[in-house]
Amino acid sequence: MQRAQVPAVEGLFTTDGDEPRLIGGRVPGTESYFFPRHLGGADPRVGPIELEEVLLSRRGRVWSYTTSHYPPPPPFVVTSEPYEPITVAAVELEAEKMVVLGQCIAGVGPDDLEVGMEVELTTDILYSDDDHDYLVWKWRPVAAAEPED
Amino acid sequence: MDEIAVLGVGMHPWGKWGRNFTEYGVAAARDALTDAGVDYTDVGFVSGAVTVRCGYPGYVAGSIFARALGFTGAQLASSYSACASGATALQVARGQILSGACDVALVVGADTTPKGFLAPHEGRRPDDLDWLRFHLVGASNPVYFGLHARRRMDLYGATTDDFAMVKVKNSRHGAHNPNARFTKEYGLDDVRNSPVVSDPLRLLDICATSDGGAALVVSSMEWARDHGYRDPVRVVGISTVSPTYPDPVIDLPYLAADSLAGSATATIGFKESIGARAYAEAGIGPADVDVAEVYDLSSATELDWYEQLGFCAAGEAERLLRDGDTAIGGRLPVNPSGGLGAFGEAVPAQAIAQVCELVWQLRGTAGARQVEGARVGITVNQGLFGHGSSVIVRR
Repeated sequence: MQRAQVPAVEGLFTTDGDEPRLIGGRVPGTESYFFPRHLGGADPRVGPIELEEVLLSRRGRVWSYTTSHYPPPPPFVVTSEPYEPITVAAVELEAEKMVVLGQCIAGVGPDDLEVGMEVELTTDILYSDDDHDYLVWKWRPVAAAEPED
Repeated sequence: MDEIAVLGVGMHPWGKWGRNFTEYGVAAARDALTDAGVDYTDVGFVSGAVTVRCGYPGYVAGSIFARALGFTGAQLASSYSACASGATALQVARGQILSGACDVALVVGADTTPKGFLAPHEGRRPDDLDWLRFHLVGASNPVYFGLHARRRMDLYGATTDDFAMVKVKNSRHGAHNPNARFTKEYGLDDVRNSPVVSDPLRLLDICATSDGGAALVVSSMEWARDHGYRDPVRVVGISTVSPTYPDPVIDLPYLAADSLAGSATATIGFKESIGARAYAEAGIGPADVDVAEVYDLSSATELDWYEQLGFCAAGEAERLLRDGDTAIGGRLPVNPSGGLGAFGEAVPAQAIAQVCELVWQLRGTAGARQVEGARVGITVNQGLFGHGSSVIVRR
């Protein structure tokens, strides 16, 4: 039986359809964005307002990147044995001008990345149990996503 | 800002001793009291720097240290601001002194750290950013260090050998420090051949976690004068600033930086603002600094600080390093203690230890690692969740 796919943590990104998006917050009527919406801080120049929920740009440019050659400690869940190094990119989202962290998809390492490269959001399995695949957002180079002829 | 006097400094050597942190703090406090020639019963305020990793909230640093030294009725406070805890504890002590609530204060920080990566406590906590970054992204502390190091390479043409040279320099300094944990002098090849931890950073580029303790005895200038202290080292600036929104630079433990989409102008960067506040309080600028202790969580982090403290323009830190300016004997020695590279991080003690080193330097008692003629020193560090820390001392 196929496992149900659910977000590893609720409320941070959408998983329906082919175009997942990060769920951010915005001061209504402005271009001040926050991620995650409820943990992303606040703009001290505006009063006590409720941030409205917005879906953030799917595309952005690499601000920097690194590869962890040692398995991160819990609560990270190591799924490969032996551990396959994970690559993390900090990406400046196109419209929001906001740098967001995320893992890169498997197979993308430091040699495949450079500062300024365009990437887009996708989802991938972070870890699984008997009944569920737990999903997370990841970055994928746009060039790698182009369909092959 | 009015000044206070540093009458005494003390440290328990850094290491991986595995004993109760109280022991290190008490040893450092007794050293500082002896160094000051101050009777413990004259201390009116004990300011403890704490880490939650000491165990559980029952460990309240101020009272733990005060009781272990013997309760005297002194007033107490405990400060937790991650790596900046020590500077916050000093800030609180200065406030007590300058308000007239006490004449003499004891500032103490100590830690016992677990082996390996610093990591969050157990349990599922999706409302805790520190938990989310590990769980969802695997973003341990070295991941953030690696991101900033790679950025230096891509923006400024830094090389991994530049990073390694920071380690080589600091290990040369630390070899002469009896309180340092690592006193081996490393060469470039040692760093080059150590395993990659968080690309482009290798094991020897990244600071370890350590046990250790550090303490300061501080007083009002009047009390120091009335008790015969001639020309003591003075604390002339303390910064414990937080970031100013919007701060577009991603840093631990966050998943995202602030958005610049709605802002016509960027504000001063957080790390630049830390030193700027201390300089403003002290009424001096970067050109007045003779010696600096900066928080080299990684070798590349040290290079960032050169620029963030105004020692050079952005992109020029590697040149300062290559020219030998920041080595002992150079124009502006940085981390004569050996820095975190030689100590490893004992979180709540570290910002205090930085001040201890500068006091020895300004007194001219730093022995083989002495920076000749040092009169003005600055420390800088940054605590998780937006705690700036910088102290300026002069003589």
